[in-house]
Amino acid sequence: METLPTSIRYVRSEESPTMAPPVSTGGVGGWLKENLFASTRDTILTIVTALFLLWIIPPIIDWAFISAVWTGDSREACLGPGTGACWAFVEAKFGQFIYGRYPIEERWRVNLSGLLLIAGLVPIAIPSVPYKRENALYLLVVFPILAFILLTGQFGLEPVETALWGGLLVTLVVAIVGIVVSFPLGILLALGRRSEMPIVKMFSVIFIEFWRGVPLITVLFMSSVMLPLFLPDGVTFDKLLRALIGVALFSSAYMAEVIRGGLQAIPKGQYEAANAMALTFWQGTRLVIMPQALKLVIPGIVNTFIGLFKDTSLVLIIGLFDLLGIVQQNMNDQNWISPATPATGFVFAAFVFFIFCFGMSRYSAYMERRLDTGHKR
Amino acid sequence: MAHQTGVSADADDAGRVSLMNDPKARGLVFQALLIIAVIFLVYSGVSNAIDNLARAGIASGLGFFGERAGFDIGQSFIPYTNDSTYLRAFFVGLLNTMVVAIIGIFLATVIGFIVGLARLSKNYLVQKFATVYVETLRNIPLLLQLLFWYKAVLSILPSPRAVGLEPGVEVVFNLNNRGLYMPRIVPEGGAQFILFAFIIAVVAWFFIGRWAKKRQMATGQQFPVFLTGLALVIALPLLTFLVTGMPMSLEYASLQGFNMVGGWVIQPEFMALLLGLSLYTASFIAEIVRAGILAVSHGQSEAAFALGLRPNLTSRLVVVPQAMRVIIPPLTSQFLNLTKNSSLAVAIGYPDLVSIFGGTVLNQTGQAVEVISITMLVYLTLSLLTSAFMNWFNSSVALVER
Repeated sequence: METLPTSIRYVRSEESPTMAPPVSTGGVGGWLKENLFASTRDTILTIVTALFLLWIIPPIIDWAFISAVWTGDSREACLGPGTGACWAFVEAKFGQFIYGRYPIEERWRVNLSGLLLIAGLVPIAIPSVPYKRENALYLLVVFPILAFILLTGQFGLEPVETALWGGLLVTLVVAIVGIVVSFPLGILLALGRRSEMPIVKMFSVIFIEFWRGVPLITVLFMSSVMLPLFLPDGVTFDKLLRALIGVALFSSAYMAEVIRGGLQAIPKGQYEAANAMALTFWQGTRLVIMPQALKLVIPGIVNTFIGLFKDTSLVLIIGLFDLLGIVQQNMNDQNWISPATPATGFVFAAFVFFIFCFGMSRYSAYMERRLDTGHKR
Repeated sequence: MAHQTGVSADADDAGRVSLMNDPKARGLVFQALLIIAVIFLVYSGVSNAIDNLARAGIASGLGFFGERAGFDIGQSFIPYTNDSTYLRAFFVGLLNTMVVAIIGIFLATVIGFIVGLARLSKNYLVQKFATVYVETLRNIPLLLQLLFWYKAVLSILPSPRAVGLEPGVEVVFNLNNRGLYMPRIVPEGGAQFILFAFIIAVVAWFFIGRWAKKRQMATGQQFPVFLTGLALVIALPLLTFLVTGMPMSLEYASLQGFNMVGGWVIQPEFMALLLGLSLYTASFIAEIVRAGILAVSHGQSEAAFALGLRPNLTSRLVVVPQAMRVIIPPLTSQFLNLTKNSSLAVAIGYPDLVSIFGGTVLNQTGQAVEVISITMLVYLTLSLLTSAFMNWFNSSVALVER
C-alpha cells in the first residue's frame, strides 16, 4: 500500500457496535442456504427448476386427482370438458387388465398360481431364509409344472386356451417363462463361450452375438411368421408358445453374457483348486464355480429380468394381449372411448410396470450392497 | 453341499488313459456330435421350409426387390412414389431408421449427460428432480412411453383449425395434430457457397486448434481456440450469405383447405418416436455418466486443485477424461439399444425399416424368410458397425499402459 494515512496510530475510545450473529448453518435457513442457494449459479438453477416444477406438477395433480372421474359406467362420465383422468374406465376394466378374457369362474386358478409363485419368491428373496437350493428347484421346476397344469387346465380341470389369456397374466407368463428357460440355457451358453473346444465356442459366440445384435421385435416376427415355415407340415404351435420361444432364445443370450461376467470374476485359483481335488469339469462347475459365480451376478440377473419384464410389452405387436395390449384394446371399446381414456389407460399400465420394475431394481441394489463386502479398496 | 467321494475308475491306472476319458478325444467326439446336430437342425428346417413354401405357392429368392412396391410412405428422404421398387422402399425404411437413430443418439447423449451431472449436483432440488426423472422413465417400458406420447399426447392435440389457424395465413411456428410446422429454408442459386464457407470454417477451426496446441506445448502461450472457432463458424457463412446477395428464403406453412401446405414439418410419429427413444435412453445414459464420474477417485480432483487448476479446468482436463474410460463401453451398448429400439416405430406407424420392410413388404410378398432374414441382418450389421466404431473410439481414449 503506497497511500498510508499520516497517522496510523489508533486508540479505540468507545465500544464497537455488536455485529449481527453469523448466518446460521443449521436449521431450516442453513439447510436452504447450503442445498438450494449456495452460489449464484445454484440460486438460478433452483429458481428455474422450481418454476418448471410449478408449471408441470399442479396440472398433473389436477388431472390425476382433482378433476378425475372416479365413478361411472360408460364414456358419458368422462366426456365433460376439463375432466381429468377417467379412473372409472380402469375400475370397470380391472378384471380384464389382470386376467384378460380368462373365464371368470376359472380365475381362481390364476390367483392360485400367483400365490404359488409368491410362496416361492418371497423366501428366495430374503437372504437369511435357509433351503435356497430346494427353493430354487421349486421355482425353476416344480412351480412351472404346477402353473402349467393350473393355467392351461390339465387333469380334469376345464381347459382354457391361451387365446383367452391376457393382461398382467400374459405379461407375467412371458417374463417368467423367459427367465426360467433362459437361466439354464444361459449357463450352458456362458460355459460354451468360455470353453476350450473351438467349435463349441464358435457356436456359442455366434448364437449370443446374433440374438444380442437384433431387436426383439424382429425376433418376435421371426418366431410368429418364420418359425411355422420351418416346422414339418401339421405341427403347429399356438401364438403364445411361439412368442415364448422367441423371448426365451432372446433372453438366454443376454443371460449368458451376465453369467459369463460372473464366471470371469472367479479367480483362476478356484478352477485350479477344483482340478486339484480331481473333480471332473461338471463337478467342479456345479460344486465350486457356479455357486460363487451365480451369487456374484444376482444383481445382473435381476436387471436382466427387469429388462425382460419391460420387453414383454412388445408381444402386443404380434397380436397377443399382455397388460399394455389389453389396455390398448380396451381404449377402443365403443363404450369407453373418450379423449381422457388413452392417457388414463397408459398411466395405469405405466404404474403397474413401474411398481414391478422399481421394486425389483430396489431389490437388486440391496443385493448389490449386501454382496459388495470385502471387495472395496 | 454334497460330499465328493469316488474317483473315476481309471484313475489308479496311472499314465494310460482310456480313450473314453481322454479330454481331447472326448472334446472331438462332442464337437463332432454338435456339428451333426446343428447340420441336422438346419437341414430339416430348410427342407421343411422348402416343402411348406412350395405348398403355399410362395416364391422364394430375392427377385421381388425389383418389383413395383405400390404403397405410399409418409416420410422419405429420397425420392419415392408408389411406382418405385421394393428395393427403393427398403432404402427409404433403412434411411428413416438411421435418421431417427442418429438424432436420437445425439439427443439422448445430451440429455443423459445433463441429467447424470444433475444427479451429482449439490443442489437438492435439481438432484431430486433428476433422480425422479431417471427412476420413472427407466422403469416404464419404452413401448408404453412411445404409445403414450403418440396416442395420449400428440394425437389429441387440436387440429390446425382448432389451433386458430386461418386458411391461407402463413405461420412461423405451429404445433397441431398434423405435426410441428416450422419455416423451411429454400436455397436459391449461389446457396452452395454458404455451405462451402461453413465447411471451410470448420476445417479452419480444426487446424487452428492443432496449431494452438503445438504453440502452447512449445512456448506455453495460450490461444482462445474456442472463441475464434465459434466466430469463424458464424461469421464466415454469414459473410458469404451477404456477399452472394442473400440467396436463401424462408417458406412458411399455411392452412389450405383442410391440409397444411409448405414449410418444414416434423410429423407426429417421428416426434413421438424421437421423444420416447431419447428420453428413455437418456435415463440409462444418466446413470452411466453418474457411475463414471463417481468412479474417478476423489484424490484426482484434489491433486488437480493442489496444482492450482480451477474447478472447470479440473473437470475438463482431469475428471472427465478418466470418467470417459468408464463411461464409453456401457454408453456404446446404450447406443446399440437405441438403434434396435427404434424398431418399435412399427407400433406407432413411423415408416422405419421394420414397419416398411418387415410389415408392408412382408404382407404384400409373403416372403417371410427372406424379408425377416434381411431385416435381422441389417440390424446385425448396424450393431456390429456401431460397436466397431465405438471400440475404435474407446481404444483412442483408453489408458495407455506400460
